[in-house]
Amino acid sequence: MAAPKTARASRNKELIKGVGRLSRSKVYHNRGLWAIKAKHGGAFPTHKPSEKPTEAKAAEKPPKYYPADDEPRPISRNHKPKPTKLRASITPGTVLILLAGRFMGKRVVFLKQLPSGLLLVTGPFKVNGVPLRRVNQAYVIATSTKIDISDVNVEKFDDKYFTKEAQEKKKKTEGQFFEASKEESKVLPQGKKDNQKTVDSQLIPKIEAVPELKAYLAARFSLRSGMKPHELVF
Amino acid sequence: MPFKRYVEIGRVAMMNYGKEYGKLVVIVDVIDQNRALIDAPDMVRGQMNFKRLHLTDIKIDIPRIPKKKSLIAAMEAADVKNKWERSSWGRKLIVQKRRAALNDFDRFKVMLAKIKRAGLIRRELSKLQKETGA
Repeated sequence: MAAPKTARASRNKELIKGVGRLSRSKVYHNRGLWAIKAKHGGAFPTHKPSEKPTEAKAAEKPPKYYPADDEPRPISRNHKPKPTKLRASITPGTVLILLAGRFMGKRVVFLKQLPSGLLLVTGPFKVNGVPLRRVNQAYVIATSTKIDISDVNVEKFDDKYFTKEAQEKKKKTEGQFFEASKEESKVLPQGKKDNQKTVDSQLIPKIEAVPELKAYLAARFSLRSGMKPHELVF
Repeated sequence: MPFKRYVEIGRVAMMNYGKEYGKLVVIVDVIDQNRALIDAPDMVRGQMNFKRLHLTDIKIDIPRIPKKKSLIAAMEAADVKNKWERSSWGRKLIVQKRRAALNDFDRFKVMLAKIKRAGLIRRELSKLQKETGA
């Protein structure tokens, strides 16, 4: 009989390793071969066995080593993590309020969600000093103010763009420790500055089109007396 | 100081408690010392404790327990909705609702407007002060 080309999924759902949902008789019933047999008068339909080319199989030597104990079968792990589910209120172009970190309280524009699940945001830099940056969804309030950024290209930004460069470890001798360590100041590469400029130049005309939006993005959010966060509409 | 708003048939009251908080209803009958029968165009007529009602100044002309149709007609004739929205109490509620529904961006715009307004007022005031001072 020809072997099935694709490995078919078992009809017996595994509840826990080694325990299936259906019992033997139920699995037999579920497979439905009884129905095929009944349709063909009690016997399973067979094809005439095809002429197989005689293969000279190389005689496999019996293995030298047999494990003494049963090897434990590893539990199947096929889980692939998905990027964090994006809140429905966060769509590209939404103005977000950052809640923690250096830019706490700043209102920024959301660009897209990166494969790691983090959100890519930008100030824009000229407006409020927030560069192209990654931010965690949990530390963000989404406002209902949105800008149309359908024609802004942010395809090239991904997590690799933002990771720190691996620094070569320099072995310091005693003398060097006591020297006034002239660490190379971290200068942002020109390419990143240009990327910032291109993205911002596309965003700024849209921001300036809405009255007072630029001043809004430049200002920081803070809670005042009488403001109850659970009652505020953002 | 005498009372001005009486519990009577036709008195419009505002719900002060519960699921229907803020809704305007009409007292169509008094059941006993504590309860009234109330009715509104969009609800089933039912009893309500007076403690859950807040009487308003508006009174409409209806017989005891009118049919829904005649109640609605009487409310239209007395123009309850507009009277309420023009009254200072009604206007305050509308403003409260608007303020509660303000967006973060809207609140920012209101803040800028307030600052601008205050600046204009202060400039005018200082002009007037200079005139009287001089």
